[in-house]
Amino acid sequence: MSLHPILAALRKHKAGVVLIALQIALTLAIVCNAVFIIYSRVEKVHRPTGIDESNLLLITQQWVGAPSMDTPAGVQQLDSMLRQDLDTLRRQPDVTSVTSITSLPLLNSSWVGGVAVKPGEQTPGKNDVHTAMYFGDEQMIGTLGLQIVEGRNFNASEIAHKGMRDQGEPPIVIVTQDLAKRLFPDGSAVGKVVYFDGSSTPSTIIGVVRRMQTPAVGWGDNFTWYSTLMPFRINATFSRYAVRTRPGQLDAVARTAAAALYNGNPLRVIDEDDGVKRFGDIRGDAYRADIGMAVLMGVVCLILLAVTAAGIVGLTSFWVGQRHRQIGVRRALGARKIDILHYFQLENLMIAGVGAVVGVVMAIGLNRLLMSKFEMQSLPVYYVLLGLLVVMVLGQIAVFVPARRASNVPPVVATRSV
Amino acid sequence: MFAYYFDLAFRSLKRNKALTALMVLAIALGIGACMTTLTVLHVLSGDPLPQRSGSLYYPQIDPRDMVDYGPNVEPPEQLSWVDGMYLLHAKRAARQALMTGGMVPLQPTQSTVDPFQAVALYTSSDFFPMFGVPFKYGTGWVDTEDEGKARVAVISASLNDKLFGGKNSVGQVLRLQETAFRIIGVLGDWHPNPHFYEWYMGSYASDEDVYLPLTTARDLKMEHDGSTDCWGNSGGDPEHLETVNCTWLQFWVQLDTPASVADYKSFLEHYSQDQHTAGRFLRPPNVRLRNLMQWLDYLQVVPSDTRLQMWLSLGFLAVCLINTVGLMLAKFMRRASELSVRRALGASQRALFGQLLIESGVVGLLGGLGGLLLALFGLWLVRQQPADYAELARMDIAMLLTTLIIAVGASLIAGLLPAWRACHVAPALQLKGN
Repeated sequence: MSLHPILAALRKHKAGVVLIALQIALTLAIVCNAVFIIYSRVEKVHRPTGIDESNLLLITQQWVGAPSMDTPAGVQQLDSMLRQDLDTLRRQPDVTSVTSITSLPLLNSSWVGGVAVKPGEQTPGKNDVHTAMYFGDEQMIGTLGLQIVEGRNFNASEIAHKGMRDQGEPPIVIVTQDLAKRLFPDGSAVGKVVYFDGSSTPSTIIGVVRRMQTPAVGWGDNFTWYSTLMPFRINATFSRYAVRTRPGQLDAVARTAAAALYNGNPLRVIDEDDGVKRFGDIRGDAYRADIGMAVLMGVVCLILLAVTAAGIVGLTSFWVGQRHRQIGVRRALGARKIDILHYFQLENLMIAGVGAVVGVVMAIGLNRLLMSKFEMQSLPVYYVLLGLLVVMVLGQIAVFVPARRASNVPPVVATRSV
Repeated sequence: MFAYYFDLAFRSLKRNKALTALMVLAIALGIGACMTTLTVLHVLSGDPLPQRSGSLYYPQIDPRDMVDYGPNVEPPEQLSWVDGMYLLHAKRAARQALMTGGMVPLQPTQSTVDPFQAVALYTSSDFFPMFGVPFKYGTGWVDTEDEGKARVAVISASLNDKLFGGKNSVGQVLRLQETAFRIIGVLGDWHPNPHFYEWYMGSYASDEDVYLPLTTARDLKMEHDGSTDCWGNSGGDPEHLETVNCTWLQFWVQLDTPASVADYKSFLEHYSQDQHTAGRFLRPPNVRLRNLMQWLDYLQVVPSDTRLQMWLSLGFLAVCLINTVGLMLAKFMRRASELSVRRALGASQRALFGQLLIESGVVGLLGGLGGLLLALFGLWLVRQQPADYAELARMDIAMLLTTLIIAVGASLIAGLLPAWRACHVAPALQLKGN
């Protein structure tokens, strides 16, 4: 089929053609970027934290009338209260292990410091490696379900305790694989020495865990996987406990844990809503905004595509109505139904094609604009090509109904009132 | 004539229901999405204190060492205790207040209420008059109580409801962190949004429960929340926050005239210069004096997702409008014969143009009403979100009118090209065809 008659006909409807092409272009540009945003959010939400997330609880509590955490005697007293709590929790039925801990991945409450391979390097700037520190005891690795890929876990005898504000670096630490590679790119980190927060006291790496996310949510993207485990019970007027339960017993333990702690020592506050949290809820809270954004983008994309399809149907229907008589003449002169159908399909393909090519350019431009104003990555080429394909197919689907109607115009129309 | 055109418009719209519905729906969707996000943006970037924001300023000075120093580097967002106290006591502004937030264990004397962590703001006496904080009962504290580290507290209306059933609690005792405080004031309805004066609590978070003198809070070593930024070799040891090289306090001043703003800025520069000469500030003077709205702008309190959604919905509206232009064009051109009859009977091109524009205006109005319903639904959805600003997402009269004006305006613009094309139809030619 020759393109010439189609082009000639289109020249008579310049405004309509330009509008449809522009609409397709804009739709393509917006949908490509929106889908890319959806993909980035979904990818972020689904990445594993590195801990075993099922059957895990976090309890946060605060003692009332607690001794000062800034005197040695107060710290001793706080530590014995903390150990009493650990003991209480460990004796609960269906609890497999418990550790005191300062935070959990995605909790958005973090203890962040700098780590260096040389002593006394107070180096804010390029060489600074940030790390999120988790303070806990020898059951921390087991309770969180972390995988040791090299070296070993802490022994019970290596666990010390200190007041929350006391200075002092631990003699041994465990780091994540990512942090180990960042600090010691060539070879094993186990047995090597690092220095925290510009201190001159060395800390030896005794183990490496496969993966553990930091508590940061919505910030700290440059050190998401740089976590350090420190063998300390931290003594403060509040404390946190991570509790691993037997499979299926999470809810039962969550219901009774607070009561058990109150039973052991009533002088404390455990928040009714946030005091005892399942890890699933922590994850849900951390990513709720991202999921909301992804859903919103998805809905907008669907409506956009629907509106554009409806626009194509509307305008093509109008053209079919307008060319009723010409179609009749063509049919009378021997054109088959399929020829008429193909005519409209080809016409739409050309308009959508031009629109899509313009749309590709606009999609990339929009992506550059978004990258400059918001945190966004560069749009992969296959997204744009896929988007191009989608709008072309959408155009073909939308044009089918009016084109079918056109092909059903009987040749006899040609003979009526010219 | 106007009424007649309206009548014609309605008749024409009724004639082709599917096409009309499609146009109205497209405008409604575009307007609905746009107004939802614009309303959220409007609420979030609003002026928290419309009557006072013009004379409230946030001074910043730069006391840090030379690490990371460079041209155009912004001073820290907070002040250290030494500088904050100096600026507070210098009293160079009409009013000034120094503040930071914290959590403090509250042990109610009422047996019905369990102990809980109250959100506290530690500040100085000018806080209440400077921000025009309304009181339901009692008053704030005065200078001498700041100096005397008095055990006095001002509580919020909601805490008063919770502990005292809304009755006048002035003179009652409040136990905070094992210490008895005397309640001297109960706030009225006060919820500035964004929560501009202490943003570490969350820019749109709910307000504080208790307000205490900063000096008293430090005397009792109450926990301070929020950011503590240190430099040099000092750690943020909370025991000695008065002396360490850390910034952790927020400071606001009231300056009523441009002259006093200029004076205050030069005062900050002189202070920085003096400190630099004395060797305490290693950097040359680097000061900022932003007013409230500039400060919020600098902090970028509006979440970036909200801005992204706003741009997305504008793009969406653009597509919907282009769609409507196309459909309107189709619709008007299809009526060429009717229009040419009117032309032949003496209607001017201008009259036809007006008639067609009214028809697009009617489509816009219907779309606007639909968009309004969709926007109300959209805002309801936003309110179901867990974000701290969710509760604020409500439409006000201004946004409601804006919605309708934008809808009608947009559809008139969308109708311009189709109406222009259609009204150029020749009177005789079209008649001949039928």
